[in-house]
Amino acid sequence: MQALLDVYKIRQDFPILNRILANGKNIIYFDNAATTQKPKKVIDSICKYYSEYNSNIHRAVYQIAEEATFEYEKTRENICKFINARSTEEIIFTRNTTESINLIAYSWGKRNIKKGNKVILTEYEHHSNIVPWQMLCNDNGAKINYIDTNNQGYLNLESFENFLKDKDKTKLISLSHMSNVLGTIYPVKEIIKIAHEKDIPVVLDGAQSVPHLKTDVQDMDCDFLAFSAHKMLGPTGVGILYVKKEILENMPPFITGGDMIKEVHKHNTIFNDLPYRFEGGTPNIADVIGFNAAIEYLKEIGMENVREHEKDLIRYMYDSLKDIKDINIYGPENCNDRGGLISFNLQDIHPHDCATILNDFGVAIRSGHHCAQVLMEKLDIVASSRASLYIYNTKEEIDIFVNALNHVRRIFKL
Amino acid sequence: MSEDIYREMILDHYRNPRNKGKIETPDVRIHDSNPLCGDEISIDLKVEGDTIKDIKFDGRGCAISQASASMLTEMVSNKPLATIKDITKNEILENIGLTNLGPARIKCALLSLKVLKLGMIKYYIDKDPNSAEKLKEDSKVL
Repeated sequence: MQALLDVYKIRQDFPILNRILANGKNIIYFDNAATTQKPKKVIDSICKYYSEYNSNIHRAVYQIAEEATFEYEKTRENICKFINARSTEEIIFTRNTTESINLIAYSWGKRNIKKGNKVILTEYEHHSNIVPWQMLCNDNGAKINYIDTNNQGYLNLESFENFLKDKDKTKLISLSHMSNVLGTIYPVKEIIKIAHEKDIPVVLDGAQSVPHLKTDVQDMDCDFLAFSAHKMLGPTGVGILYVKKEILENMPPFITGGDMIKEVHKHNTIFNDLPYRFEGGTPNIADVIGFNAAIEYLKEIGMENVREHEKDLIRYMYDSLKDIKDINIYGPENCNDRGGLISFNLQDIHPHDCATILNDFGVAIRSGHHCAQVLMEKLDIVASSRASLYIYNTKEEIDIFVNALNHVRRIFKL
Repeated sequence: MSEDIYREMILDHYRNPRNKGKIETPDVRIHDSNPLCGDEISIDLKVEGDTIKDIKFDGRGCAISQASASMLTEMVSNKPLATIKDITKNEILENIGLTNLGPARIKCALLSLKVLKLGMIKYYIDKDPNSAEKLKEDSKVL
């Protein structure tokens, strides 16, 4: 089969992949679900902003401020196209996915979720899609209900539809498009369709999906979508919140102060237009501009190719792992339903010990509860090891990883 | 290299922990966790006079945290409770034979000492609430 993307050419664009670690090994970076590496173009564009046109955006009239505003807004336009939003008015910059979800909870949630109402989540949510709703529900006297999942991470759609029967009480559904622990990709389009038949809006946590799958908010018809730049080749400190315009128009501001206003008088304020009303204070200008380079980079590769490359790798990894003695792999067996990550445990070996030994081989994986303790309880484990892949990973790296896991077994005398 | 960490002694204490479990009516029970790793340790103490007559730990976590807890219980069993405040981090690391752990894993090794010191403080506070501040100062854990 012809390669879908030239991974060896791509690798040359990432300076960190040349890094030699203290133990003399090359870095094998398998922690992409936590954050991804940055191509030189992204690093350069941040450097260029600070070296050539560093200034505050939106208000000043001199040349470099106009340049900065232009580049900042260009990112917004490119994000709009990248996720197929209708208008740049629907794209809000935040710090990260967590802040995006908090914005929904504190703005839309506070106004629309009342005593006795219900918010529907799933058991596999990241803490960032649980805690803001707990805070809101505790304040407003509402309740959270969780949709059941089975052990491979598939949703029990019957339990979901049962919640919707109570449509006067159920006000919102918030779920991840892809689990950061199990890797399961969820049939969100179907879920959104069912929810909309009952007029219930849906929040999508796209932190794990937008970097890896082609995203079309009009096709999915989600009402909110939250994701982070740093998990898709961009810098840290930039989150995105997409909200349908007709919903956004009726949302009160969250962070208030500078830049989000039109007029301020002693006792009243007229807020700015969309989306600026939701971006109080000087934003993270350099990193928003850097994110544009990341989007350009991904567009050039093509998101379909990103997905195909990851599918190819994850099948290879799954087949290599499943024959290791004493391994427990979590999430779907069918790799078509799985994004580019695998969580696992090796018998009684704690993931932190596993990750420490893998580090000897230069392999960087994540170990712990992955900010998903509700799911950990469900799986009846305290932690897992997780290897997550991206466009620059190779089958050769997977071979080294598998070999290293066998070394872990030897050290622990399994 | 990891072979230096996961030696026979650590693996033995991890797989066959000493003094693991609970004391039915402890004089002190105290629990803490390491949010970074999710390691959890609780310690039960039975004190007679000022001597640790019985000590049991319970918990879940990595080999380093659990083996370290197991070895700590052996180290302090039948010792005067008051001497716990003098145990230093280095003593623990030397006792378990891991003197060059990185900053993330050191927390795993020292969790049980932290819990034990908290337990000692709780025991003395229950007896005399005024002793709290001085003890916290002395034991340098909080």
